[in-house]
Amino acid sequence: MTAPLAIELVGIDKRFGSVRANKDIDLKVAKGSIHGIVGENGAGKSTLMSILYGFYHADGGEIRVDGRPVTIADSQAAIALGIGMVHQHFMLVENFTVLENVILGAEGGPLLAGGVARARATLKRLAEDYDLKVDPDAVIEDLPVGLQQRVEILKALFRGADILILDEPTGVLTPAEADHLFRILKVLRDEGKTVLLITHKLREIMAITDEVSVMRRGEMVATRQTSKTSMGELAELMVGRRVLLEVEKQPASPGRPVLQVENLTARDGRGVDVVRDVSFEVRAGEIVGIAGVSGNGQSELLEAIAGIRPVRSGAVTIDGTRLDLARHPVDAAAMRRHGLAHVPEDRHRMGLVTSFSEYENAILGYHRDPAYGRGPMLDIGAIREAARVEIEKYDIRPPDCLLRTAGFSGGNQQKIVLAREIERDPVILLVGQPTRGVDIGAIEFIHKRLVALRDAGKGVLLVSVELDEIRALADRVLVMFDGRVVGERAPETDESELGLLMAGAAQEAAE
Amino acid sequence: MRAGQLPRWADYGLMPAINVVAAFLVSGLVVLLIGENPVEAVRILVWGALGWNEGIGFTLFYATNFIFTGLAVAVAFHAGLFNIGGEGQAYLGGLGVALACLALDRFVPWWVTLPVAVAGAAAAGALWALVPAYLQAKRGSHVVITTIMFNFIAASLMVYLLVNVMAKTGSMQPETRTFEAGGRLPLLQTILPGVDFGSAPVNLSFVLALLSCLLVWVLIWRTRLGYEIRTFGASPGAAVYAGISPVRITIVTMLISGGLAGMMAINEIMGSQHRLLIEFVSGYGFVGIAVALMGRAHPVGIILAAILFGILYQGGAELAFEMPAITRDMIVVIQGLVILFAGALEHMFRPLLLRLFGILAAPASKPA
Repeated sequence: MTAPLAIELVGIDKRFGSVRANKDIDLKVAKGSIHGIVGENGAGKSTLMSILYGFYHADGGEIRVDGRPVTIADSQAAIALGIGMVHQHFMLVENFTVLENVILGAEGGPLLAGGVARARATLKRLAEDYDLKVDPDAVIEDLPVGLQQRVEILKALFRGADILILDEPTGVLTPAEADHLFRILKVLRDEGKTVLLITHKLREIMAITDEVSVMRRGEMVATRQTSKTSMGELAELMVGRRVLLEVEKQPASPGRPVLQVENLTARDGRGVDVVRDVSFEVRAGEIVGIAGVSGNGQSELLEAIAGIRPVRSGAVTIDGTRLDLARHPVDAAAMRRHGLAHVPEDRHRMGLVTSFSEYENAILGYHRDPAYGRGPMLDIGAIREAARVEIEKYDIRPPDCLLRTAGFSGGNQQKIVLAREIERDPVILLVGQPTRGVDIGAIEFIHKRLVALRDAGKGVLLVSVELDEIRALADRVLVMFDGRVVGERAPETDESELGLLMAGAAQEAAE
Repeated sequence: MRAGQLPRWADYGLMPAINVVAAFLVSGLVVLLIGENPVEAVRILVWGALGWNEGIGFTLFYATNFIFTGLAVAVAFHAGLFNIGGEGQAYLGGLGVALACLALDRFVPWWVTLPVAVAGAAAAGALWALVPAYLQAKRGSHVVITTIMFNFIAASLMVYLLVNVMAKTGSMQPETRTFEAGGRLPLLQTILPGVDFGSAPVNLSFVLALLSCLLVWVLIWRTRLGYEIRTFGASPGAAVYAGISPVRITIVTMLISGGLAGMMAINEIMGSQHRLLIEFVSGYGFVGIAVALMGRAHPVGIILAAILFGILYQGGAELAFEMPAITRDMIVVIQGLVILFAGALEHMFRPLLLRLFGILAAPASKPA
């Protein structure tokens, strides 16, 4: 290889207690290239990047930036070396504006005024150069996740990053948004910047990277030129076996309606209607997918049906029981009693209490269930026993129900949620982003479980920003745009047609 | 073990121990500064609290107060609520105890009065926490602010009641009449044969405090309500997802917390003073915050922390007596240092300890 190296890692080692997260890692990233790093959850990608960004210190090995050996003591040092990072879980101050977040830690003096004016100008230029449009005065918590990510990228660029690390950047984006991101990354590369892209998604690797490195169980198992490898080879390297990217399923045989939504309207935190007059039904034995660019009301729709978000008008019927949610609000516990189960989009904020033990999370939402104790008491023995059964059945690893939930990988955390919700034998299951931040092995498992649930005669309402996932799993696809359901299609429908619907093309044509 | 986490024994045992030692070292420097011998001072303090029967009796008496106020803060902690109103809730608890005792002491034995007094103390304390709880749950007024305010209201209310309503006729003292035998708890030494605590007022309330610890442990870790409280405290989002009402949990938790604070008055009023008097809480409510912090909001930790503060109170009094250069205010400084290190600077030594454990753990895992 003749191109100069932006980053070279030699023999990086990192241990957490008895776990060796990184074993003797070597990595060479050429300047001005897009370098992908793939691997399952827990393979050590994030640890490696955290070492590069100064969050962790390697136990052994050497880091070279632009050929010079460096020690990166903290993220400030990384920034000084021109390394910028876009985290999987955003590092934004939620009640600050975009501008305030961007200048955080780079205020440029004790008085804000001058720095703010300069930052505003820089931000405007960056937004135009890279087509990263965000209202600088919008408050972060009001922005959809897609836009929050743009702020993260802007933050790194604002600090003059030459090397940009992106950790699972498309996990929250729609295909169109992801394409947009890729265009930006290509522009960055063409300007001589170096991009490190960490992802599970092989298609993205194939589409955008110049080189790709594969990690498995803390080791770097291979580095390939992207043009000389294939998705199949990469997948095999990642898991050590071939995986099916397709979901095997028989045609659906829908029965009676188990979930009917009538004219549902709900607001977000700002008081804006984000779900507008939505009506549809889900029948027993079918999976209905809701596709849409993130931030078009799908998340709020799920929350409204689940009894988490107040409803302004409309009604929901579960298995024949009609609930006028606007007039008689019902909480999540009551919804569960009616036979609704819910795998929420955000397992860290809602689906799990990460500081709890696994078995404690196995009853979240069902802790009033008579099976788990008598009267006001909880029967810890019975709960642990039930948790162990679920761990066994869902192959949750490590198989230890006493472990803190934060200690499980993303895929295993999702299995904990899924096991809890499916094992309650619901009539209708709501699933939001079932495979976000989940490794390939677990994705396959989760998809099979959802199809099995369908085949057992249950209804499944699936919201995902992964169009592939919706097309693979759903029997019918509803597309949401701007809070409304703008169309229904068969899952076999051409991706570009769905993309157009998701972008609101039908809406515009109708007006 | 995960990165950034200490083993449980280190988190619950070693960390507080290190903090206490640090507090004592700094206190030692202060003692040196005023020209006294710190080793001698520690000797007197420890001996004064633990070296003789009466000293132990006083230590346990003070510890009883701290257990109640510490539990009150701890229960609220588990729901993510910071109840600073223990002082006022305990004060009002005194009213509940006194009303029960004044009404019954002439007619029934103490063991009939006790349950009524406990109910009165808990109810009065809980009621005093109800308004802040309601305001937090329904209006979003922060309990930290409202409970502090309610401490002042409690103080004024009690002064008014004791001066204008409840004072003994013909007396200038702002206090009620002294309770008869039916309003007095037996001393521990009269229940336990062969134990002699001298004139120390440690009484049956100590047993009540230990029982409360057990009940709080059961509540938090073994009941559905406790599960809801912990879920709400750890993740309000997850609580709503689970169908747990934030309003209900906020109010219920604050009622329990206020009730526990109120029960402190059983020890002071029914166990020791035998009359309701002004300012009998004298800071126990506030120190309860430090006790809860130091005890990691766990009943066992709270018992240990409460005994430590009992030692400081009792040993401190002895120290002020034996070493005239060390005044009562110096004792407050030492207590303040313990609160500082155990509360505010609780995590100061954590990174150091983490690194130490990292170094120790690395070679151990090598063969694996």
